[in-house]
Amino acid sequence: MYQHTRFDNKNNFFQKFGSLDYVLLSCLLILGFISLATMYSTDGGEVLFHTRSHFIKFIVFFSMMIVISFINIKFWFSLGYLSYAIILGMLIWTVNFGITASGSKRWIDLYFLNLQPSELMKIFIILCLAKYFHRMKTQHVNSFYAICFSLIIIFVPMSLVIIQPDLGTSLLIAISGIVVLWFAGLNQKYFFYSCLVSIISLPIIISFLKPYQKLRVLTFLNPDRDPLGAGYQIIQSKIAVGSGGIMGKGFLKGTQSYLEFLPEKHTDFIFTLYSEEFGFIGSVLLLLIYSIIIYRVIRIGALSRSYFAKLFCYSFGTSIFIYIVINMSMVLGLLPIVGSPLPIMSYGGSSMLATMIGFGIVMSAKTHSQQSIA
Amino acid sequence: MINISDSATKLNSLNRRMFILATAKIIILGGIVSRLFFLQVKENKKYLTLSDKNRIREWKLPPIRGDFEDYFGNTIAGNFEAYQLHIIPEEVEDFRYVIYRVKELLDLSEKQFKKILKKKNEIKPWETLIVADNLNWEKFSKINNHLYDLNGVKPVISISRDYPYKENFTHVLGYVSQANENDILTNENIKEKFVPGLKVGKTGLERSFEKRLIGSNSVERYEVNAYGRRISQLAFQKGDKGETIKLTIDTKIQELANELLKEKAGSICVMDIYTGAIIAMHSSPSFDPNSFVFGISQDEWQLIRNNPMKPLVNKSLSGNYSPGSTIKPIVALSALENEVIGKDFTVQCKGHKNPLELYGQTYHCWKKEGHGFVNLREAMKQSCDTYFYEVARRLGVDRLSVTAKKFGLGQKVFKDIFDNEKKGLVPNTEWKKNALGRNWVLGETIITGIGQGFIQTTPIQLCLMTAQIANGGYKIYPRIVANDESQYEDKFTPLYKNSRNIKIVQDAMFSSTNEPRGTSYRSRLNDSKYQFAGKTGTSQVKKITERDRELDLKTFQIPYEERDHALFIAFGPYKNPRYALSIIIEHGGSGGTVAAPLAKELFKMIVDRHEIRKNFDNKKYLDI
Repeated sequence: MYQHTRFDNKNNFFQKFGSLDYVLLSCLLILGFISLATMYSTDGGEVLFHTRSHFIKFIVFFSMMIVISFINIKFWFSLGYLSYAIILGMLIWTVNFGITASGSKRWIDLYFLNLQPSELMKIFIILCLAKYFHRMKTQHVNSFYAICFSLIIIFVPMSLVIIQPDLGTSLLIAISGIVVLWFAGLNQKYFFYSCLVSIISLPIIISFLKPYQKLRVLTFLNPDRDPLGAGYQIIQSKIAVGSGGIMGKGFLKGTQSYLEFLPEKHTDFIFTLYSEEFGFIGSVLLLLIYSIIIYRVIRIGALSRSYFAKLFCYSFGTSIFIYIVINMSMVLGLLPIVGSPLPIMSYGGSSMLATMIGFGIVMSAKTHSQQSIA
Repeated sequence: MINISDSATKLNSLNRRMFILATAKIIILGGIVSRLFFLQVKENKKYLTLSDKNRIREWKLPPIRGDFEDYFGNTIAGNFEAYQLHIIPEEVEDFRYVIYRVKELLDLSEKQFKKILKKKNEIKPWETLIVADNLNWEKFSKINNHLYDLNGVKPVISISRDYPYKENFTHVLGYVSQANENDILTNENIKEKFVPGLKVGKTGLERSFEKRLIGSNSVERYEVNAYGRRISQLAFQKGDKGETIKLTIDTKIQELANELLKEKAGSICVMDIYTGAIIAMHSSPSFDPNSFVFGISQDEWQLIRNNPMKPLVNKSLSGNYSPGSTIKPIVALSALENEVIGKDFTVQCKGHKNPLELYGQTYHCWKKEGHGFVNLREAMKQSCDTYFYEVARRLGVDRLSVTAKKFGLGQKVFKDIFDNEKKGLVPNTEWKKNALGRNWVLGETIITGIGQGFIQTTPIQLCLMTAQIANGGYKIYPRIVANDESQYEDKFTPLYKNSRNIKIVQDAMFSSTNEPRGTSYRSRLNDSKYQFAGKTGTSQVKKITERDRELDLKTFQIPYEERDHALFIAFGPYKNPRYALSIIIEHGGSGGTVAAPLAKELFKMIVDRHEIRKNFDNKKYLDI
């Protein structure tokens, strides 16, 4: 053990550079490229604000990811609680002093960037809980104390995000947390029962939803009941995807987006545009790239020595998978519309920042895969 | 050790759960892919259609209506480009703003503005609101220059009806106006081609030939964005213009008829006695059909509707008049044909002091002093009533009605071309029994002999009757469309038993116009090129009482509605007849003084125009 530590400490820059996961890196680069091309298309075939901004963010955050991957995983382990606390503080700040846009307070003005702490929380909650369960003995995982603690860890930021209000992100935060609990070994019956309770209490939950949220659920069940209002997005999105066909309408030829039938095409509905222009083949290709990325993340976890690194990688990979699934299901009309970006593809600085930090930590686990954490 | 084994348990549990999730992930991924497959491959066609429907709008433009031409190819109903402004309320984001902008740009009056707002409330949001239907170019271009600011506002170049001859052809052509709900519901063709602002024929030939005139819509396909804003034109399919319909009418003669009837209520019909071609058919007073194209104003409409001379009625076809003495040629012909009288049959007309008396009823000749002994030719010339009372008495109404019907009285002349044409009425004993349930009485026969009583004719029927007398007694079918190919088996079949009888009647009519003491002698044309034969008629509107006879008032002393109708029928040129005409002037007084002089003017022109018509025909053949 000692030797390993020593060996690790001796790791120089070039050794670290050589141990980066290049498959993962290339996939992320390809994804970034696809994302930029799609953004260019949403701008109507011109380099406008979104494309330019997305490009800069991608370059900055991608470089940042590489830097993070060079930092020892121990550092991220030690940062677990603190980072969570800082983001929580930011969320409280947001609720009180955040920037209001279209009825919700989600952002902190950092002058160079409008930061959305809730997006960061999706990653740092994993970090925090991974650290929490790292040293815990198996028999304690299902203890009342542990469960209470982790539920509080999940519930506090979640409720802060709900009051922004941002139902989608708060759900994603909760999912990120629950995923860690699943990997940490929380008794499966808890998951089973809570699913059951959720389903049973669904009507009660719905009665507490805001009118627009209720409308979304009803609209999801039958988009045609309000084709020009709440159902519009889902109908137009399905039309865009469906009309893409096998080969797609071709790059820059997606009429649905070009003629502005697609709402939120830069953000949550970016896949719709991509799918319209590149068709079934393009979509499956995109899914393949995502699958490789997730596979690599999980593989890094599997090859890591430390429980913390494994837990983080598995949870992060699974969370990313769930984000993708939720976004696509929503766009394809399989789930109600909740605000949920498609990792890296969607326009949005905070989301990309958080995702890249996540990949950075994963990569750090790779470069420090022999590192064990006491 | 415990620590290590616990760590191993933890790692095992972690990996096992990862395995479970990985399996789940693959299944979920499969679900997403199959959903993509379903949408993009299986349902692709459906969504592609929906996507096209999203972005492609079709805009039907009003079809271009076919023209009407007169015989010489002059356009008597054409089209002009009307600059219109349409708004589709649904496509307007801020209707208040837009409508006030439009008001400002077009300089609309408060009244017009309120009318538009009212109309907006009446239509559905996706229906077109026509804000202005006939803008001048200046205002139209002004709107075009401000379009960037006026979302949902559509400047439209619409084709609208134009009647260059204004009131001259109104009763023949009818007029077009906005299609209303009833038009759409009752006419499949209109329903199919309907677009806001579509004009359809409301009366006359415009209505009867709707199907041939309407043409087909031009269709424009263009791409729109989600806000309905037009992005680009994808296709333009030009519709076909409706059929051009050429009429037999000569505009010059039609115009003359209009002029002759100015300030009068009545009708003039002119017909080719061989082809049946209508050369002129005018009903007076008329009105300008152009007023109806964009909707007539309430004031103007009231003025037309309340005019006691009834401008809306096509008197040539729907006016039922007692023919008065214009029936006498038929009475004479019928009597000759039935050999009730001979050419030399003579009756003594003794004047008012000694009227014909039958079963306690007295029957007066119009001439107070009486005509003395008159034969057929003389009786016709001087229009002696007593003579025709006697002839009718001998002939009987049933035999008279057979001849009258043969010559076209009592039935529609144009079959179904005009929906407002009246049948008139030729009575006989059977008719009276069926219609009124009473027996015919002899007195009724007597007055039928001078065209009074039950008998009712339309001016076009009188014209046809005259034409058939003039052409030697052959059946013809009047037509108003030049290239009308209708075939009638009985065309040109003789309507007489003995052609000599027709000659006798023609000669009697000639004497009436061209010999001294003839009722229309003062209207004669001496030049044999123009010379015509005619018969006057004065039909009573009100039964003449003994008191009236004593008062013997002049026409202008009698209230307008009680004055006699003045009639005149004629054909010419006498040497080689070609045209027949009928003139009626409602409440004009005596036919000889009021109606016959018009024929003089008409024949001058008709004969002159005949040459032009013939040359035009020949040239046409040369062109081929």
